[in-house]
Formats: sequence, structure tokens, C-alpha cells
Amino acid sequence: MSMNTQGRQTSPDAVTGFGHKTISGNRGLAQAEKLIFEIGTPRRSGVDFPALKGVKSRLGGLERTAEIGLPGLTEPETMRHYVRLSQKNYAIDMGVYPLGSCTMKHNPRLNEKVARLPGFADVHPLQPRGTVQGALELMGELSDWICTLTGMPAVALSPKAGAHGELCGMMAIRAAHDAKGDDHKRRVLVPESAHGTNPATAVQCGFTIDSIPANNRGRVDMDALKAKLGDDVAGIMLTNPNTCGLFESDIIEIADLIHGVGGYFYCDGANFTALVGRVRPGDLGIDAMHLNLHKTFSTPHGGGGPGSGPTVLSDALAPFAPVPYVVKEQDKWKLVEEIDGTDSFGRMTAFHGQMGMFVRALSYMLSHGADGLKQATEDAVLNANYVQASLSEDMSPAFGGICMHEALFNDDFLKGTGVETLDFAKAMIDEGYHPMTMYFPLVVKGAMLIEPTESESKAELDRFIDVMRGLAKRAKSGDADYFKAAPIYAPLRRLDETRAARKPVLRWRKEPPA
Amino acid sequence: MRYLPLNNNDRKAMLDVVGVASVDDLFVDVPKSAIIDGLIDVPTHKTEAEVDAYLTAMAAKSRAAGAGPFFIGGGAYRHHIPATVDHLIQRSEFLTAYTPYQPEISQGTLQVLFEFQTQVAQLTGMEVANASMYDGSTACAEAALMACRVVRKRSKVKIASGLHPHYTATTENQCRLQGITLDIADCAPGKDAEILDGLDKDVAAIIVQSPNVFGEILDLEPYAEAAHAVGALLIAVFTEPVAFGAIKSPGEMGADIVVGEGQSIGVGLNFGGPYVGLFACKQKLVRQMPGRVCGETVDANGERGYVLTLSTREQHIRREKATSNICTNSGLCTVAFSIHMTLLGEAGLRKLAMINHEKACILTDKLTAIDGVELVTDTFFNEFTLRLPKNASDVVGDMVEQGVLGGLHASRLMDDQDDLLIVCATETNTDADMDAFVLALEGALS
Ligand SMILES: Cc1ncc(COP(=O)(O)O)c(C=O)c1O
Repeated sequence: MSMNTQGRQTSPDAVTGFGHKTISGNRGLAQAEKLIFEIGTPRRSGVDFPALKGVKSRLGGLERTAEIGLPGLTEPETMRHYVRLSQKNYAIDMGVYPLGSCTMKHNPRLNEKVARLPGFADVHPLQPRGTVQGALELMGELSDWICTLTGMPAVALSPKAGAHGELCGMMAIRAAHDAKGDDHKRRVLVPESAHGTNPATAVQCGFTIDSIPANNRGRVDMDALKAKLGDDVAGIMLTNPNTCGLFESDIIEIADLIHGVGGYFYCDGANFTALVGRVRPGDLGIDAMHLNLHKTFSTPHGGGGPGSGPTVLSDALAPFAPVPYVVKEQDKWKLVEEIDGTDSFGRMTAFHGQMGMFVRALSYMLSHGADGLKQATEDAVLNANYVQASLSEDMSPAFGGICMHEALFNDDFLKGTGVETLDFAKAMIDEGYHPMTMYFPLVVKGAMLIEPTESESKAELDRFIDVMRGLAKRAKSGDADYFKAAPIYAPLRRLDETRAARKPVLRWRKEPPA
Repeated sequence: MRYLPLNNNDRKAMLDVVGVASVDDLFVDVPKSAIIDGLIDVPTHKTEAEVDAYLTAMAAKSRAAGAGPFFIGGGAYRHHIPATVDHLIQRSEFLTAYTPYQPEISQGTLQVLFEFQTQVAQLTGMEVANASMYDGSTACAEAALMACRVVRKRSKVKIASGLHPHYTATTENQCRLQGITLDIADCAPGKDAEILDGLDKDVAAIIVQSPNVFGEILDLEPYAEAAHAVGALLIAVFTEPVAFGAIKSPGEMGADIVVGEGQSIGVGLNFGGPYVGLFACKQKLVRQMPGRVCGETVDANGERGYVLTLSTREQHIRREKATSNICTNSGLCTVAFSIHMTLLGEAGLRKLAMINHEKACILTDKLTAIDGVELVTDTFFNEFTLRLPKNASDVVGDMVEQGVLGGLHASRLMDDQDDLLIVCATETNTDADMDAFVLALEGALS
């Protein structure tokens, strides 16, 4: 059995299959579906066009004459292809999706509707500003909501996702140091439990990383932190609530310590869903924080994106914010795109950020309001604590005590069973659940991070808890083979990840490469 | 609250199980000074109908592109998107799934990604493509960083005069902080070839856009040859993928990395986002590629399936040594791109491209018939640049008053080109739109 660097098993062990083969390869509702390259042809098309007029080409003699190699399908064939494929996916709308750190909450369909209003969806980013007042107003109103909810004075809307927001915040920090001529400030403190994007981002901004360990309560080890402080510290990147699902209770002192050495405090706000309406990060002494609108504010994850990562900035960092941004002047919305005469660090994407996500997020905020947002936060935290408390005997909570929006378990309860976190996760698939986040954060052995979100009812959680208890008991009863064989009831059995990485096949080809 | 399934009885029962008296006890680790008692200072909840009405009224304050004659390009293009695309991407299974980290229950997304990667590779004429970047501009920045990893010990990147200025700015911002020097030509039409002057062995890559920001089509072969002669890479950029239904792909002309904006296919204008960054390269460079990539494998029964692979390049495994910090990418927009491309097929894409080109040819002739209006770009696909006898920004403003969004004044994007107007025509423009444009421009110039 091989492992990747997360310690996950990456190739399937020998398992017993069903043996019951259909002629078609279909399994009832689960339809086998070939690639478009195997079912389409270059001449077929699902789009009709008017006839060409036949004008003289001005393509400069660079006409594309060789075959492109793009298959087409008619509309009914297209519909079937993608509907069949869609049915091989798990989704929030099907069941519990307790993927810790990803906040898989319900995606309201009103948000999809309003995001498609022509005044938001069918406007061009470079239209004259006078013709896009509604779109700019939406950006302005979203900014106001974000600043109020976070208690911060400014927000940059450009970032396209969480990691891009981190880039925004860390570029602002770098610009602030550069503006003071502090070119020795290049070390960034990052807890070991941080998400991989944190260290990757800091390095992209020209910083070096210094890891700080966690204490036995899952929080930053304050003594270790103090020992790492120094004049060359540019700042800290700290997630709060952290990736163990715990509030960093020393956060105000951490902010003071970092500020004391002239550094800035970047807070990873991926877990803001645990705080909205109850805690304002601005009251904790942070300088920058991204929000994941695709987590906290319910914009759909879409199978991996698109996201949106608006980044709030303190007074110290706000002058360095990227362009463009909106301002209101005498009842007119303006879009500031010029950096001349400002301290802005410039532009980080072609246009103005993820407008489609802005509309959805504002729709979510308006729908909830102050009372609904607070209730949602409380329910998310309550649901996680309910799951943690209910499973604390059968499984092994990593830290115990009260958690925030997600409950973290280690694999102690599986010790000696032969069952590993990965196997446990795959058995959840057979039970009709999407597994929790596994092997993250790295500081907890065999980590299982469960985030139910506020969207789950008590009845749904009770069923989930029963299943988790049952699986834990089954693992302890010595039935490891059951887990090693899982999943049985998914469209495919375990996939061979080692093979995929060793000889990468990243595209279809007519002839397999020699 | 319509989105919250718990009621007060549930909450009470659950608090009992947790063993605390009230929900406030769940926030014990938060410093007291930071807890908000009562409600934060924003309005309270609204019904679905209220939010719908409120945002509909707000949206109505923008002039939608489709509400009248519209001829703006400049990195985002208005095309007709078949209704099937939007229907399919709103299926719960695509819309409300996360990144396919559990491949056994994510084969839908994974197979679409595999098909998408192949489509992008075919379209650009490259060997492989990744599963998307945020948009064309961030893909361009990542390509520059990648080139400096591939071509070791070189840290200079040259940018041609026709690269979209927002791409240049995005790229410069990312590269600067890593000590990469950028040699940036002033943005101007007809000057791309100057990038080849003084090309030396310090250069890791040259970045050239075609069709460029003015619409000119470049033969990339001499650029590839010159770059390769000094051991550098050619990064070819595009903002209008429909062009590759009509013109030679950058891969056919020798590019090493091809990046661009995929928004034209399946995604829509969206006031700038979300879009979909396309990223393709030669197979031998793949281990330096940023972003997620999907690959083929088999399951325990030997059945073909797909997984995210080569993750040892990525931040969740490699952390500070990752090729990029990107995590969430353009997910659903890749699905939209792929569905639209499947509906088109090769024949449809070629036809769409030729219609776009024809519209642009017809429009150029009409507009250059106006006194004092001169065509700056001899070659073009669906976007071209005009020199006006007047300040183009004023002209654009004047045409807005006449109900016509008549192109993009170059000064919105760059300095010193105040008399240039960049105009785009697509299959969505009717003859009547074009006539309205001609009248408006005549009016604005008179
Ligand atoms: C804690 C944390 N930080 C940062 C990120 C990165 O966000 P994104 O995927 O939107 O780039 C994530 C999510 O993936 C996360 O869980």
C-alpha cells in the first residue's frame, strides 16, 4: 500500500467486487458514460447559425486549416451526457456534506436568480461608469455590509478566492513595509495547523516562513510564539477560529505582540461563519482578513469554484489596497482604477472581482439580516458541538471542550483496528454521506474534521450521528475488511491515485501515447 | 428564518446534550470584550420577495449590454450562450458539490474536467491544460512565474506592447515581489515585434498576446524562434478563445505556455467575474504547472475513472514549496465552458468564429467610411482599432447619450493613445445595431 505525503492510502488493496456484470455497463440508474471524444464528432453541433455572407478574410494569412479536434453533440445528446455525468456527483442538495473548513451550507436559489439579472450579469466590466450604476451600487452596498460585519474600515473586492485574498492581504503588508523602507521585515509566522495556502501565499509575496507549534489545547503555543518574535518579523498569518475549529483565545495578546515588533496581523477568515454577528474581527486587533464568500456567505462551490475572497483591511493597510474600488460621490458611484498619486499596490486581476458572487452574497446577507446572521452562526456552532458531544464516546475528539463551527477528531479510536481514517471515510460514502475533511489539519493524527453547518436539521444530524457511531463500533469489532473494501455503492470503487500520478494521463488522445 | 431548520425545542435539546445552559456558553473562548450582545448594526431579515424586488430595482440602474447596440471587447466578449448551458450548470450535482477530493462520488465533475482539459489543449494546440485559473490575467501572471521556475537561473520576463494592460499590471505585481524583473513595452499598436530587439540570455520568457489588445493578429512563429534561440520560453496570451476557431493556434506556431481568458465560451460578461483562466503547456513542463489537474486512472475493479493528480505541486501538500497558492479555481465556469464547447463542436466553433470575423469586417468598412476615421489594425479577428479625429473618450461618452455602447476608448486602459477606439463585433450584433453605431459615431464626430 502506498501513501502520499498526507499519509493517505493512494492505491486500492485487493477487494472483492460484485461480479454481477450487465451487458451495457450501466447499473440501473447509474449510467456508464463515455467521453465526448468517444461519442461526438467534429461535424455534429448543438448550435444553429445563420449562413455566412462570404466576405474577404483579414486574418493575415493565419487561417486555421488543420483539424482542431473538438467533438460536437446535438442538444439532446449534450443534455444526456451532462445529466448522466452529474448523477455521479455527491452534492449538498443530496445530503450531509460535513467537509470541515469548507462550510458546505445550503445555497439559496434566490441568489442564483438575482445573480442572473441582466443589470448584474449582462454588464461589461469596461462599460462607461455612468451605465453601470446599479452594479457599482451593489459593490458599494456589499462593501458596507462586509465592513460592518467585520468591524473593519475598508475592504478590497478584487480577490477571486480565499487564496487570492491572502495574496491581497500579504501584498498590502509587503507594500506597507516597503513604504517604510523596512526591507529587513521578511519573516512571517505561520502556525503548523495553517491551511496550505497560507505558507504558499507568504512565499509568493517574497517572505520566508517560520512555523509556530500548537499547544496541547490546539491553540498557538504562546511561549513558542514569543520566542520567535524579532525585528525581522513582517507579520503573522493566523486562522481564527483556527483549523482545529477552536477560537484562538489569546488572539488579542497575539495581535499586541505582533504589533509590538512592527508586524501586521493577517487573519485567515475562511472560518468566519463561526463569528458573523457575534464577533467582529476588527475588535481583535487584526490588520487584514479575507472572507470566503463561497463558504460563509453561501455562494455555491460549483465543484471547486468560482469563489470570491473580499479582503478587509485596517487603517494601516487600507491605503495600499488594490485597484479598482468603488466610492460614492454626490449620489454617483465611481470606480477608481488609477493608481497614480496613491499608495495602492496596484491591480491583482483584470477586472473588478467576482461580481456574480457579490450579488449572491449580498442576497444572502439581506435575506438573513442582523438577526438571521446571528442565528445562523449560533446554529452552526451548536450543530458542531452537538455532533462532537454525541460522538465523543465512540470516536476520539482531538481536544475536547467546546468547539466552534467544526468538530475535530483524531484516529485514536481506530488504534489497533487496522482501519484508517481514509477507510472510515470511504465507508461513510456507502452510507450515503460525503466524508468529512480528512488528514487536515496536519497537526492532528489521522484528522477527521466535521463541519455540519447551520443548514442541517436535528433529525438529519441524529441520523448522521447514528451512522458514525455504528461505523466506529463496526471498526472496533474487528471488521477491517469491510472498511478496506469501501466504497461498494459509489459509481466507482477506490481509485488508483498512485498510477494517476506516476504516468499522468491528463487528456484524451486518439491513440494512447507510446 | 427560511434557511435555518433548527427550532427552539431542537436547540434546547441539543444544548442539553452538549451540557451547557445557553448558546452563549459556546462562545466562552472569545474574549468578553469582543462579544457582541444584541444585534449588529445592519437591517434585520427580509422575505425572498423583498430581496428579489430590492435587487431587481438595483440591477435596473445598470444598462445591460443586451439592451441596445453594444460593441465593447477589451478582454471580455458578449456572445450568445445556449440555454442548455445555464440549465445544466444549475443542476445541484454540479452547482452544490465541492472540489472533487473524494473521486468515487465526484466522477461527474472529474470527467468534465478531463474533457475540459482536452478541449483547452486542442483549442490552443498544446499538449496539456490544467483545470483552470481564476481568469486570463492571473493565468498570465502564473505563466510568468512558471517560466522562471522552468528556465532556471533567469529572472527576466519581457512583455510585448500588445498585451492587455490589466494583464501586464497583474503580472508585474506578482512577479516583482519574487525578484523577477519585467521589461515592459509601452502599450501601442503595431509595435509587438520590438520585443525581439535585444533579446538575451537573461530572459526566461517573452509574453506576447494574439489577437492583441488592439485586435491585431500576430504570426507567433518568429517570436517562438527568437525566444527559443536564446533558451527562453514563448508565453502566448489570448483574451478571445473564439478566435481559435478561425486562426492558427499558438501551439501550432511554437508557443511553450498558452494562457488566456475563456469567458467567451459559456460564461457571460458578469461585470468582470467570475471568469475562467485557461492554462495550457507542453507536456514536459507539466510538473511546474500551477493549479489543479485531473488525470485518468482505474478503480479497484479496473474500471476507468478520474482523479485530481500531480498534487505534489500544490499548496495542500507542498505548502511553501508549492508551484502556486491557488486552491479554489473557476470550477463551475469550466463546466459551462466545456458544455458550450461540446454544443458547438468543431464545425460550430469554426462557423461562430467566421461569423464574428465577418461582422467585424463589415463593421470596419462601415465605420471607416466615415470621414476622418482610420483603421489602425490591418489584420484582426472580431476586434479592431480605429483612430478618430477626436478624443475617443469624449466620443464614447457622446455615443452613450445616443444609446450606443460604441467600443472602448484605449485611454481607459493605457496612456498616450487618446484618439484610439477599440471596437468589437460578435454574432450578437445585428445590421440594425451596426447602423445605429455608424449614426452615433457620425453624430459624435460632427
Ligand atoms: C482555512 C482555509 N484557508 C484558506 C483557504 C483557501 O480558500 P480558497 O480555496 O477560496 O482559495 C481555505 C479553503 O480552501 C481554508 O479552508
